[in-house]
Amino acid sequence: MNKKLLSAPFIFWSVLFILVPLCMVFYYGLTDKTGAFTLNNILAIATQEHSKALWESIKLSLISTVICFLLAYPLAMILSHMNTNKNSFIVLIFILPMWMNFLLRTLAWQTLLEKTGVINSVLSFLHLPALNIINTPYAIVLGMVYNFLPFMVLPIYNVLVKIDVNVINAARDLGANSFQTFLKIIFPLSIPGVISGITMVFVPALTTFVISKILGGSKILLIGNVIEQEFTQTGNWHLGSGLSIVLMLFIIFNMVISAVTDKDGEVNAL
Amino acid sequence: MKKIFSLLLCGCLVTSSLTGCSSKAETSNGVVYVYNWGEYIDPQTLDMFEEETGIKVIYDEFETNEGMYPKVEAGSSAYDVICPSDYMINKMIANDLLQELNFDNMPNAKANIGAQYYEQAQSFDPGNKYCVPYCWGTVGILYNKTMVEEPVTSWSILWDEKYADNILMQDSVRDAFMVALKLNGYSMNTLDENELQVAKNSLIEQKPLVQAYVVDQVRDKMIGGEAALGVIYSGEAIYTQRENPDLEYVIPDEGTNVWIDGWVIPKNAPNKENAEKFIDFMCRGDIALMNFEYITYSTPNTVAQEQIEDEDIKNSEIAFPDLSKYNDLEAFIYLGEDGDEMYNNLWKEVMSN
Repeated sequence: MNKKLLSAPFIFWSVLFILVPLCMVFYYGLTDKTGAFTLNNILAIATQEHSKALWESIKLSLISTVICFLLAYPLAMILSHMNTNKNSFIVLIFILPMWMNFLLRTLAWQTLLEKTGVINSVLSFLHLPALNIINTPYAIVLGMVYNFLPFMVLPIYNVLVKIDVNVINAARDLGANSFQTFLKIIFPLSIPGVISGITMVFVPALTTFVISKILGGSKILLIGNVIEQEFTQTGNWHLGSGLSIVLMLFIIFNMVISAVTDKDGEVNAL
Repeated sequence: MKKIFSLLLCGCLVTSSLTGCSSKAETSNGVVYVYNWGEYIDPQTLDMFEEETGIKVIYDEFETNEGMYPKVEAGSSAYDVICPSDYMINKMIANDLLQELNFDNMPNAKANIGAQYYEQAQSFDPGNKYCVPYCWGTVGILYNKTMVEEPVTSWSILWDEKYADNILMQDSVRDAFMVALKLNGYSMNTLDENELQVAKNSLIEQKPLVQAYVVDQVRDKMIGGEAALGVIYSGEAIYTQRENPDLEYVIPDEGTNVWIDGWVIPKNAPNKENAEKFIDFMCRGDIALMNFEYITYSTPNTVAQEQIEDEDIKNSEIAFPDLSKYNDLEAFIYLGEDGDEMYNNLWKEVMSN
């Protein structure tokens, strides 16, 4: 009884802000302007423009996820080996930028990367060749990696610090060198964190429209941009919702994988 | 940078008006919800309005007409005064979203706005029932004299490979298609499938040369010397020239868009009386002058036009062009739902290419 009462605010929240909007998306996605049932909004993903935008999104978010992973894993390893005082300080530094608005940070990157921006001014002062990545896919990947890297580091770090030192010591006792210990013990034990990190990077990267708009100069159309345009510019909520449902399938697929590998709920304890 | 600064300013404005409300609550005469273009008003005039009338202004901004429309249509946020452009006003009238204005409550609007602007507004607001012109202007090419040596006379310079990665295009359907349609000698209100296909192909051909598709940012990027050429509204030209004297504005020979933005009151406005007071206040000579000097968009307010002190600006070809000198000037008209859809789909093809 008491437990039920405590969960009431959360249930209220979920219904109002998750369940109801989700139902609305499904309602709009499965109907046309007259309110009749149709699958056309979902099948519209097959048109050349939409499938190309989806493919671009998948490509860029996969690249970003891989880069995030390659950067985050060593960092998480280093952090987990430090003593508690030091590492909490470094984790704090890592989270600090997240206290500032995501949009402002992305706008700041635009100012940094512009042709006459900060980075290029410094480069030209040093007589180095200019960096021309603004308004290209490279800038979008940079924006994604920058914004979502903490979401990869923290789950992996969280899993790594929980690995029992005795397990590693046992491996050493039995004659494994550091590389073998890593390959056979540490990495397999950290998989739930890795999967969780991948989800937390891949999903927002797949659905972003702000980064491609600000750092891509609207030259690269991602599926997030298409959906945003349908809602804010074209005013075709039905098509926007239909495409959102398609995108949701990708996200759910990703979530299922992470749920299966993270049965113990270890990572979510963060 | 400027954008961020203005955002901060907006934040200050909102908070200061909020704190203002608590102290003035007793004398308050209600509120008026205003929905206007970004950076399209002198914020001081809002304070003056609040002081003089005791009506609190709740101020909101949009970036494109297309972005504004769904919000008003959905009706979830009821505004009292909105400032859309001609074709969008046309569309809102057609879809029964606006209510008629009572000009008897707005003596300034009757007296101060030049008759020729009401005449021009007839094209989208027959009978002048729904709209009071606020700003007008043209669309043209802003170029940096240090980067472009040849004279700029035609839209075709935006297709010149010499300026690859140095061109800024408008990130809005109608404006982008206007450029391509005019380039090919068509009307910018065309519904002809073939003409639109030609325009679409021109835009696709142009895309590799374009640095970015932006809206408000054309201004800051041109001032900062980020690009050599940009498509821009005439009202931004004077401001950008003030900040960077190397910039020059031209109306291309193939013709362009002559537009009017005007105040309208939506059907579901909760405070119509206050809305009319607000519109009338904005039509006062001194207020219109303040706004003109702040935003530098051409004012249709004849009283304000006469009071402009700077002779250069008063006689400026950019701010107050003699429209009879130019060929093929056109105003956008609303193309109907099917027309809109056609344009939107073609634009999506351009963007995804």
